[in-house]
Amino acid sequence: MAATGCHRFGRLVRWGVLVGVLLMYASLLWAAGPDGANPRSDLWRQVREGVSGYSAVAGQETGELIQASGEFWRRLRNGPLSWAVGLALGGTLAALSLFYLLKGPIRLAKPRTGVLVPRWNAAERFLHWLTALSFILLALTGLGLLYGRKALLPWMQQETFAAVLGWGKFLHNLTGPLFVLCLLAMTWMWFKDNLWRKSDWRWFKSFGGMFGGGHPPAGRMNAGEKAWFWLLVTFGTLVSLTGLVLDFPLFGLEREWMQLSHLLHVAGALVIMTGALGHIYIGSLGTEGALEGMVRGRVDLSWARQHHRLWLEEIGIEKKRPKGEATPETERPTGFFRPQG
Amino acid sequence: MARMKFLCDDERCIECNACVTACKNENDVPWGVNRRRVVTLNDGQPGEKSISVACMHCTDPPCAAVCPVDCFYITEDGVVLHDKDLCIGCGYCFYACPFGAPQFPQDGAFGARGKMDKCTFCAGGPEEDLSEAEFEKYGRNRLAEGKLPLCAEMCSTKALLAGDGDIIADIFRERVVRRAGRDDDRKPPASPWGWGQAYGGKKP
Repeated sequence: MAATGCHRFGRLVRWGVLVGVLLMYASLLWAAGPDGANPRSDLWRQVREGVSGYSAVAGQETGELIQASGEFWRRLRNGPLSWAVGLALGGTLAALSLFYLLKGPIRLAKPRTGVLVPRWNAAERFLHWLTALSFILLALTGLGLLYGRKALLPWMQQETFAAVLGWGKFLHNLTGPLFVLCLLAMTWMWFKDNLWRKSDWRWFKSFGGMFGGGHPPAGRMNAGEKAWFWLLVTFGTLVSLTGLVLDFPLFGLEREWMQLSHLLHVAGALVIMTGALGHIYIGSLGTEGALEGMVRGRVDLSWARQHHRLWLEEIGIEKKRPKGEATPETERPTGFFRPQG
Repeated sequence: MARMKFLCDDERCIECNACVTACKNENDVPWGVNRRRVVTLNDGQPGEKSISVACMHCTDPPCAAVCPVDCFYITEDGVVLHDKDLCIGCGYCFYACPFGAPQFPQDGAFGARGKMDKCTFCAGGPEEDLSEAEFEKYGRNRLAEGKLPLCAEMCSTKALLAGDGDIIADIFRERVVRRAGRDDDRKPPASPWGWGQAYGGKKP
């Protein structure tokens, strides 16, 4: 008897709950019906999403009551983008330092011969260093705009900091177009040298001889240099285009364009800055005998044999030799005095 | 401490733009800049709404969050002000602000914008109160004179309210209660004045 009573009671409760839920649902539907809803709720929702109206005040976007995209821009700029730049640059610096401490620089495998091979002519060196200079200026001032408030302001008087950053912004805006011109000229000048070849794949597989030993032969530009070149061309174009949008707010572009340009500008700059750290390391501390090429224009023959053997063959300084055959140490280069190219 | 706020009653604003003009005149605002503007939604259609908008003096202002030189500050009255001597004219506040408040006197090449200008709640700037320099850079400091912003003070329909957020919220709440609910096109107008009575609403 007791068992059936319990059973009946349980059924009653279940039905009760079901009816209660249905009633609640119905009342919700009723409340949200045409009589209950705010007739203007949709209008205000649209305004919140950036729909614009009319304003007698002349000017750009004056009819837009609420600009919705600013919050997205602010969140990305102050949040993930700032973190990404910091992590990428800090991580790269740490990785390079660690690599330098553990493995050290790539030394010349054979002693210097004293014979110098012309590698970069004056125009190439001038353009390289002009680009480098403008890039470093842009990177430092750009980082100042992104991080200065957190990294420098706590240690500086606010007036001094604002003056420095004001000049920084001014220099950034002026140097930008110069960098664009340098980038264009550099792309034009080194385009042919940087076309991909079959031999580049072999270079990549052993990471330029850093892993797996041996020095894979390379043309005038090795695969690493080519990768850096194309990275610079791709992201340099991105940074240039977005930078010009930000630099010349004259053509009636609306805030959304500025915000998008700014985000892409920072993201592109992040990639280039990270690449540049690697490039600077490999071209100076990381490789014995590399920097002198870009400074004085000539490299030692044994350096060229080690890093760019195919190039020596192409310019006729050395005889073509079958794959895998080592360069004899004692051999005098043939046709050394033939003109380059 | 009071937190100063603006509140625009969209049932009352008649888009006369007097607030815009008054602000420009009182503060001697730079050419090309309007610290306040009136936006009309659904202009010319039944149920159009006008709202006067300027810097809303946010409690957590996005402009201040993105300023690279940290030139914004919030006064004891909750007014968001900035220091034009520090401003570098980068335009970030203008990207971040939802209300389009920050404006620049120029749109020059190489990002030359000049110093940002915006509504100060008629509270001047970091210079000495009521000084010549303060007026030159930021306009009138009516708060220091014990007055409220002129835009709200002279609003003919009292649509634009300015003052301690708690007080103007009470005023607005009182209005809403007296209006006896919101106006609706499908019902007789809830109040004997306002847009519902003038347009659209069923005759009682």
